[in-house]
Amino acid sequence: MSLTTRRTRLAAGALAAVTAVGGLAACGSDDSNTGEGGKPAKLVVDTFGEFGYDELVKQYEQETGIKIELRKTAQLGEYRPKLVRYLATGKGAADVTALEEGILNEFKANPRNWVDLNPLVEDHSKEFLPWKWELGKAPDGRLIGLPTDVGSLAVCYRKDLFQAAGLPTERDQVSALWPDWNGFHQAGKKYKDATGKAFIDSITAVSNGVLFQQGSDLFYDKENNIIADSSPAVKAAWDTATSMSDISAKAATWSPEWSGGFKQGTFAATFCPSWMLGIVADNSGEANKGKWDVAAVPGGGGNWGGSWLAVPEQSAHQKEAAKLAEFLTKATSQVDAFKLKGPLPTNLEALKDEAFLSYTNEYFSDAPTGKIFGESVAKIEPVHLGPKHQAVKENALEPALRSFENGQANKDKAWEQFVKDAAIQGAF
Amino acid sequence: MSLSATTAPPSNVTPPGSEPPRRRGFLLNRLDLKYSPYLYIAPFFLIFGIFGLYPMLRTAWMSLHDWDMIGDQTFIGLDNYAALIKDDYFWNALYNTFGIFALSTIPQLLLALFLANLLNSTLLRAKTFFRLAIFIPNVVSVAAVAIVFGMLFQREFGLINWVLSFVGVDNIDWDGQRWSSWTAIATMVNWRWVGYNTLILLAGMQAIPKDLYEAASIDGAGPWRQFWQITVPMVRPTLIFVIILSTIGGMQLFTEPLLFANGSILGGNQREFQTLAMYMYEKGIENLNTAGYGAAVAWAIFLIIALMSLLNFLLVRRSAK
Repeated sequence: MSLTTRRTRLAAGALAAVTAVGGLAACGSDDSNTGEGGKPAKLVVDTFGEFGYDELVKQYEQETGIKIELRKTAQLGEYRPKLVRYLATGKGAADVTALEEGILNEFKANPRNWVDLNPLVEDHSKEFLPWKWELGKAPDGRLIGLPTDVGSLAVCYRKDLFQAAGLPTERDQVSALWPDWNGFHQAGKKYKDATGKAFIDSITAVSNGVLFQQGSDLFYDKENNIIADSSPAVKAAWDTATSMSDISAKAATWSPEWSGGFKQGTFAATFCPSWMLGIVADNSGEANKGKWDVAAVPGGGGNWGGSWLAVPEQSAHQKEAAKLAEFLTKATSQVDAFKLKGPLPTNLEALKDEAFLSYTNEYFSDAPTGKIFGESVAKIEPVHLGPKHQAVKENALEPALRSFENGQANKDKAWEQFVKDAAIQGAF
Repeated sequence: MSLSATTAPPSNVTPPGSEPPRRRGFLLNRLDLKYSPYLYIAPFFLIFGIFGLYPMLRTAWMSLHDWDMIGDQTFIGLDNYAALIKDDYFWNALYNTFGIFALSTIPQLLLALFLANLLNSTLLRAKTFFRLAIFIPNVVSVAAVAIVFGMLFQREFGLINWVLSFVGVDNIDWDGQRWSSWTAIATMVNWRWVGYNTLILLAGMQAIPKDLYEAASIDGAGPWRQFWQITVPMVRPTLIFVIILSTIGGMQLFTEPLLFANGSILGGNQREFQTLAMYMYEKGIENLNTAGYGAAVAWAIFLIIALMSLLNFLLVRRSAK
């Protein structure tokens, strides 16, 4: 705190000096944009990927008269450094800030950057998935985030490409093709033999799928010691992923090859946490509407991602921001967001809501996504993610897997690379 | 004019009342002469102090700490620098930076020298048009350049692989190996900076007296010989300037490789094209609890640039004698 204020003062001093000297910074814009009746004129919401808030914020604007600015960042990898900058300089953070599971812990490590929501909102502790609610709390008991979504897993697949390869296309039959990961591999091989084309986008997608259905410690143990090189969960993900390089299109997630691949059909299946549905649809475009469908993930459920909404301490309108976060996470809002872009509700009432359970996704051949994902939520086993989970996953595990996939390293060399990088990235 | 006789007395006749203000005026005048130049240059130094010097000193201070961007800081002396020397990934980044630097600066300056000479030719028409045209790539935003070139160098749907496929070359995974990723990044840098350097060299060439060329022509020297024996030696001071500028730019290369890696700060699966500036960002901002180490990398970059500039300067100066 003292650090932040000192920095702010320094920055203010610098700004004043510049204004005096050159009139360069003619106006240091004032944050306290208070509107009528003490209400803020504007609240800012920061999200990444697709949260499906576009309609909800319009609704909130109409109800309260507060203007909402929705700032979207496409990828978490771009989002996190920005957030770090805002927190480090004490300026620029949105009033409502989304925190993803993978980065939540490192931000929770310094809880004083966040407002304790307990006194600002009503008691919602019984309304959400219990484990999800607990994860939103800091070690000192402060409530840092309200739960938004979970990333229950499924497989998105292209019906037309499956048909061309002589595979079944009905989602139940497709799910029956792969009760386990071996079955999935066999289906992939069949597809490749018939078409000569790759079956899945990348082996890192497989590794994510396997990793998040383990329900045990991943890169860290419960005391937050890094155990990446001995963790059975990581080994399972590694072995399954590396075994599937023969059916992979080698398109790194988020790369141009990947997003272009959806349109071009360079792969026929990918792993879809619920929030990925919106991204698959956006990347594939209107032309491929109705060609995609959703089937079960091999080996049962799993949880890839999911977020919380937090209010940074530096927000000038903490109370109103907390109210907005409360609005965005309530049952009906979560159902609306799910319908728009696919993030899966964590609110128990939303999960039982008929509008949610009966929802079918038009883009994905009218797949009953509400039912498919809703049923899998109950099977999610919470995993413990350590402070630098995201860094270890993105900057150690995935590059090593891609090195192997692209033939830059053999399996042993790639594993060595992972162990070395995990130690560096995971240090906290 | 007629008034002057009454209002402005000759210097040797001083009216009694006017002496003190005159002395004061004299004093002000002297103060003005002595100090106002400092006032005139003060804005620059103030701004430099705030935005240049202060961050540098702050970075130096940070580099002596175990510094968490959003948490605690502990003083650890020179430990960060000691760790830096033993850090494989720092040396890897240094190696990549020099590799890309060599691949971009050398062809770039040779091409700029050649183009400047063409633009300087008396035979060329529509000079202004060509001079403007050559500068245009530099005006384009670096992010746009990197994105467009990133598309061109794509593995699956990239234009360059498509063209290469006609001569029987298999799809090249441009960001998969050192040589190919360095080539792709150097191409972006060259495309953007050749015109800029050309114009600076051209300015240098315009300052060369024309009679030197006339004399050389009369002595029977062809254009090639004139270029090497008159133009190149005469633009040497400009060349030093351009080389130093390119060195600074090359050592700080960041946006192009970052966007080429789809925003991954590692620069390739095995850090094939992670530059020093990217490594600084990885440690200083991405990893947030190692900001002190990132600051140490920043100072290392500063020292390397200073050394390189000095070296360039000495080399070019030596060869001039």
